[in-house]
Amino acid sequence: MIPELGLYAIILATILSGLAGLLPLLGWRWQYANLMGTAKPLTLVTTGFIGLAFMLLVYAFVVDDFSLAYVVIQSTTTLPVYYKVSAVWGGHEGSMVLWVLMLSGWGAAVALASRSLPQDLVSVVLAVINLVLFGFMLFILLTSNPFERVLPNIPMDGQDLNPLLQDIGLILHPPLLYMGYVGFAVAFAFAVAALITGQFDSAWARWARPWTDIAWVFLTLGIALGSWWAYYELGWGGWWFWDPVENASLMPWLVGTALMHSLAVTEKRSGFKVWTVLLAIFAFAYSLLGTFLVRSGVLTSVHAFANDPDRGMFILGLLTITVAGSLLLFALRANRFKESISFNLLSRESFLLINNVLLVVSAFIILALTLMPLVWDAMGGGSISIGAPFFNMMINPIALLLVFAVGVGQLLRWKQHKQDGFGRWLLVMLVASVVLGWGWAWWMGDALSIWLVVSAVSIVWVLLSTGREIHHRIAGKANKWQVLRRQQPSWYGMMCGHLGVIMVVLGAAFVTHFEEKIDVRLVDGDRIEFAGYDLHYKGIKHVEGPNWVSDTGVFDVYRGGELVTTLYPEKRFYTVARQMMTEAGIDDRLYRDLYVSLGEQLDSGAWTARIQVKPYVRFLWLGALVMSLGGVLAVLDRRYRRQA
Amino acid sequence: MKAHRKQKLILIFAGVAVLALALSFIGIAMRNQINLYYSPTDIANGLASPGQTFRAGGLVVDGSVSRDEETLFAQFTVTDGGNELVMQYIGILPDLFREGQGIVAQGSLNGDGVFVADEVFAKHDENYLPPEVAESLKASGHDAYQNYDSGDYE
Repeated sequence: MIPELGLYAIILATILSGLAGLLPLLGWRWQYANLMGTAKPLTLVTTGFIGLAFMLLVYAFVVDDFSLAYVVIQSTTTLPVYYKVSAVWGGHEGSMVLWVLMLSGWGAAVALASRSLPQDLVSVVLAVINLVLFGFMLFILLTSNPFERVLPNIPMDGQDLNPLLQDIGLILHPPLLYMGYVGFAVAFAFAVAALITGQFDSAWARWARPWTDIAWVFLTLGIALGSWWAYYELGWGGWWFWDPVENASLMPWLVGTALMHSLAVTEKRSGFKVWTVLLAIFAFAYSLLGTFLVRSGVLTSVHAFANDPDRGMFILGLLTITVAGSLLLFALRANRFKESISFNLLSRESFLLINNVLLVVSAFIILALTLMPLVWDAMGGGSISIGAPFFNMMINPIALLLVFAVGVGQLLRWKQHKQDGFGRWLLVMLVASVVLGWGWAWWMGDALSIWLVVSAVSIVWVLLSTGREIHHRIAGKANKWQVLRRQQPSWYGMMCGHLGVIMVVLGAAFVTHFEEKIDVRLVDGDRIEFAGYDLHYKGIKHVEGPNWVSDTGVFDVYRGGELVTTLYPEKRFYTVARQMMTEAGIDDRLYRDLYVSLGEQLDSGAWTARIQVKPYVRFLWLGALVMSLGGVLAVLDRRYRRQA
Repeated sequence: MKAHRKQKLILIFAGVAVLALALSFIGIAMRNQINLYYSPTDIANGLASPGQTFRAGGLVVDGSVSRDEETLFAQFTVTDGGNELVMQYIGILPDLFREGQGIVAQGSLNGDGVFVADEVFAKHDENYLPPEVAESLKASGHDAYQNYDSGDYE
């Protein structure tokens, strides 16, 4: 009975979202306030029903209702309850329910937080969100019903959640990522609403900006969490694979980052309007494309869900309608926006433009490289794969250019940067960062690797620039702390965001350059000397968990004769899913990780193992955290608070 | 269009053009990182030349896996139902590497026609069959691919 209720809730929500997409638009067309006024209540009720459906699905998992096909595939009785809950979004159907829950949730948030916005704008924004929602509700209803029963022969037990997903990282990763993906729907809806209503000024940008920032923060955290999870859970210490689905999350992030920055110009200087609208459309289009790539299985990926051509075609259809529709609208209406901006080459605007061009170009390159195997295969060229080094060589130079632009851009004033001796100062800064960066690389042990040196120089460059910016604010002021305290949160947001970027650069450059690994063959009592550490292998012990058994290796790690830590890498066998998993033993420090993973047992009884040292790998995720903090600070700015 | 705006546009386009040119050069230089997939039958037909890096795969033949007692050297045979290919690898094989499992490896042929793998991939799901392998099994009329679903996980 309960699952049927869930299905009814989904059907109702589908109808309601359709109405919520249609009525306010008609109301706007006829300028009929009561009809426009339906947008908010309809959005809230729709969200309520989707929330209900989601809760019922969670309930079905918690009580092991194996009459549902989806629960059978995703769960088992011995699965711990928190994994039963997260198993809800571990597969296709449930993750789509999460997707629409988040989309409607964003809609509800807009409905609740928009009291100060003009009614016609809010109604149209909500209508657009609900139209997108309607499309995805239909998708769930027609192709991916999570409440489908297996009757009459109800299985006694489920097939268990994929062991890879039985982890805290996977409890959090999809919700965060989806919050980000779907959050760009708000910016998209604002852009489309601006095109429809013609209302497009600084006030518009001030409304759209916090929403974009929040979505961006979620996406940043989601991507970072995914990378961290892959690092420790896949068992072999990789943190980015240029996997199609990773790319699918990185592309909207890049375009979203560009959008955040161009919105700044639109708000402060009422410039880049047309461009901002286009970016908002593209950020969401990339999000939909990501969904399409994950759901349809057109690309080979560790993330690929079941290949179902119908689902793929449906999402492709939604993507096409959304993108083509909004671009058509854009083509018809964008010429109405008057751009009244003029700025000097040395100005914040022009550096934000550089930022935008570089970000959009890199998103485009990643798109091209991700789709290339598909196109190549379709043209009869055979199956190809593009190696990570290819991606790195394409993206790294752009990323580093961007970092150098950050160092200049964050110092500049709007319109025209007038400051005596600024050019000279840049030159000094350049020399200083080359000397210091190079020295740093040399001190770290390699002054000849071009990537390492340029990365180190770029990090010092941004640090110096940040120092100068702070100095510039407080120089000559009597009470320096008070001056700093009075700075706008958005200023701190910018600083934080940029510091986060160089932390990621530092992590990526150093771990790539200085990581070391060996594969070894071990018998009890073996000692391995590696990278300054002394590892004593003491043997294997048998451990049993709720739905797995494991061979756990015991490694005492010594450095300079002293016991540093004991690592317990595991080879786990999940008994229900009948899958083997490598659980790495990691000693994590701020400046390096020691990473041990067990391979397999050989016929002789010996074990194979891989030992790795990963310097500064933590900076990757810490940097993402700092970046996100920057985004949060930017939203906290006083000028957004007034509107709520 | 105002003159100074035009100038700025030209500057932007010039910048993008330079960037595009630089990136295409990098792309051409790195083209060996784009790897083709060959099935054992393709290789038997001489499509792959020795020394070239590419991907190959198939089902690991029962009883073909042999490991060195002292080192991490392993040798095994994969099949696409029609032809077989001998592979060698030094290192730790993936969790799901076992006989009968579909795998894909990246590496190159040595002079003896043995595929020396730098990396071996087996996906994290025992029901999963790499699409390339499924394709070549299908092509050679092998019925093993029917026993597999495609991947079902994120």
